[in-house]
Amino acid sequence: MAGKALEGVRVLEYASFVSGPYCSKLLADLGAEVIKIEKPEAGDEARKRGPFPGDIPHPEKSGLFLYLNTNKLGITLNPEISTGKKIFLELVKWADILIEDKPPGGMEELGFAYESLKEINPRLITTSITPFGEFGPYRDYKGYHLNVVHASGSGYLLPTSTNLEREPLKAGGHFDDCSCGLSAAIATLGALYWRGATGSGQHIDCSKQDMIMDLDKVMLTIYPNMGAVSSRVPISSVMGMSNLPCTDGYIMFAYMMKSHLMGLFDAMGNPEYLEKFRDDDYRDEHIQEFQQYVAEWAKDGTREELYNEAQKRGVPTGIVRSTEEVLNWEQPKAREFFVEVNHPEAGRLECPTAAYRLSETPVAIEHPAPLLGEHNEEVYCERLGYTRQDLVKMKAAGVI
Amino acid sequence: MTGRVLEGIRAVEFGQFYVGPYTSEALAYFGAEVIKVESIRRPDPTRWFGSTGGPDPKIIILTDPNKSVGFNELNLNKLSVNLDLTKPKAVELAKKIAEVSDVIVENNRPGVLDRLGLSYEAIREVKPDIIYLSASCRGSTGPERNYAGFAPIFGSLGGLSEITGYADGPPAPPIGGRTDIVCGTANAFSIITALIHREMTGKGQYIDNSDSEVISCLVWDTIMDYNLNGRIQTRRGNKDDIFAPHDCYRCKGEDDWISIAISNDEEWRAFAGAIGNPDWAKEERFQDAYLRKKNEEELDRLISQWTISHTKYEVMDILQKAGVAAVHSFSSKDFFSDPHLKERGAFTEVEHPVIGRLTVMNPPWKLSATPAEIVRHAPLFGEHNNYVFGELLGMSQEEIKALMDEQVIY
Repeated sequence: MAGKALEGVRVLEYASFVSGPYCSKLLADLGAEVIKIEKPEAGDEARKRGPFPGDIPHPEKSGLFLYLNTNKLGITLNPEISTGKKIFLELVKWADILIEDKPPGGMEELGFAYESLKEINPRLITTSITPFGEFGPYRDYKGYHLNVVHASGSGYLLPTSTNLEREPLKAGGHFDDCSCGLSAAIATLGALYWRGATGSGQHIDCSKQDMIMDLDKVMLTIYPNMGAVSSRVPISSVMGMSNLPCTDGYIMFAYMMKSHLMGLFDAMGNPEYLEKFRDDDYRDEHIQEFQQYVAEWAKDGTREELYNEAQKRGVPTGIVRSTEEVLNWEQPKAREFFVEVNHPEAGRLECPTAAYRLSETPVAIEHPAPLLGEHNEEVYCERLGYTRQDLVKMKAAGVI
Repeated sequence: MTGRVLEGIRAVEFGQFYVGPYTSEALAYFGAEVIKVESIRRPDPTRWFGSTGGPDPKIIILTDPNKSVGFNELNLNKLSVNLDLTKPKAVELAKKIAEVSDVIVENNRPGVLDRLGLSYEAIREVKPDIIYLSASCRGSTGPERNYAGFAPIFGSLGGLSEITGYADGPPAPPIGGRTDIVCGTANAFSIITALIHREMTGKGQYIDNSDSEVISCLVWDTIMDYNLNGRIQTRRGNKDDIFAPHDCYRCKGEDDWISIAISNDEEWRAFAGAIGNPDWAKEERFQDAYLRKKNEEELDRLISQWTISHTKYEVMDILQKAGVAAVHSFSSKDFFSDPHLKERGAFTEVEHPVIGRLTVMNPPWKLSATPAEIVRHAPLFGEHNNYVFGELLGMSQEEIKALMDEQVIY
């Protein structure tokens, strides 16, 4: 029987929306026990955001929330009032890892400074995910996903129009917010691995700006090292790539290596050009001529045709796939990338398992995202020893 | 000083370009000893990519494997050895290195290392608890397993390119390596997971990673809209579904912009106050989030009229003081003069023996007890042949010399 890599690891999530929840989802999907704290009544921010089935907003049916919170136990708790604080600290005692996303200083205000949490649980690892980190002049700056993305430089690096009248762009969806959750998860697990050897927890300060900049670090460091400003560079001139319209959409070719160019000429079926471009000097000087040939050729082809013809010859090629095509594509299906998750309110949903297939400890999506407060009884009564009557009183008092 | 989290872990990298190298670089940031295996017949191709620099940079092909700035950025903290893996003796030596290692990282096309005799099964025979990660464009199974790709291609196949770009423009496949590095991040995450499992059970494992699936996982909520509603989402610039303003606005200066995102009425009132309560901001059509989104085009035009008369730093300062999420769009230059990044130590310098002093980006996580850090420049080609073959494998200088003459260590 396949085991779970993080079986027995206890995670407390005091975070909302995308980055923090995605970070702890990654751990939950590998077998960690994650207790997610949500605000009584309102719940996680993501519950208010779609996509909703049939475009009917419902706190239990947000596609975003359901994706980011699989395999977690959900409780409601208001740690801002006395009884809530006391319970929060009991949960801290229970946890190996705390993942939180309060603005810098927010945890201190609640009496949850890392130093004091460490006193009650010296083994605790706390991962704080904030827009600009816990120190530095911008630490108190407000920053949503849009802002931290543009603070990381990627806006000028996406291959958009060189027309300076147009605004710099962010990557689509919640890409960078999710990537921050993934990045923070490495540091969190690193600390857990080290703790195994030493028994000692630590605090991890994860600035989203830093984590997003890290993705573009090769481009960013060109400026101080070579004086070159990488900004609004068209895709073709950057590294031997073309993103071209064809009869049914866009196709993307990469030809950084000579063998790729030769492969493309072969696919085009034009031996005359092949000979001409075999010469290194000619090729380097006439790259635009080459790009024109490719564009002409691609214009009349379909994406599937071009994709398969070029890939057969070893040319790195990609179809610009729509969301529909990602879901209906043979390759991930053959790899059993998606699983169906059955949610009591939202019904059946397809979710990805994970991009990494661990042979001994595969990722398993066994439980849908929790309903708001679904596991209050399990956590408060069975684990912390409160009675059902206590729950009634705590609910009336706005604690849970 | 208490060391780094992966101290004592040794990884062998058969990597190229960005994904494999960043995977093991992340492990090396955390203190793992990473041995990069290359041959002059087939070095990491990034060693050959350089730039002319200057105002109109062009990619150039280098002739010296030790001069690439990009290679340095992706291979910090590592060691380099030379082995021509087309020779059986070299394969045996690679296995000997694996025998004293914990992790293998490779991002060749599926099947390449198997044919060389360095498959997971082959390594497991000499090192039963090895953790072996293979990363490829589509993963090592399925009908497209042999297809190749680079970062923008993962982005395109995974569903990101289609949803990135102007609403009226073509898809914008992400260049610059960001979609590679995010895959390397997912790889490193799965490797540390496997290390934790090995600590508990003594068992190693094989990890098969698909780069295009990493991308799909990061945009799944958008894909889910099709799953739930049959709706195919596409490009919409910087816009949000619900909130406005939510975009970049031009400021005074050349190609200077500020991102402004307002998510509730309180922030809207703070915004209006900060820009001096102009009459238009009091108009009915901007008074709640629904109306602002509905009249977004006009709202954007009016906001731009205000931002264009200020520098991006002025706008950021005025709006942040009022509690509005406004941050200027950082350009290449801004990173190196920005006081916040300076104080956080986002960048540091290394002394590269061939290229000279280089600025590199520090690891992005600040761990209080065991900092992830940069301790050395990327290795020169074959720089650690003596250490690895001599000290680690206990071979004599004569043996090493003979293998070099035979072009095994080559």
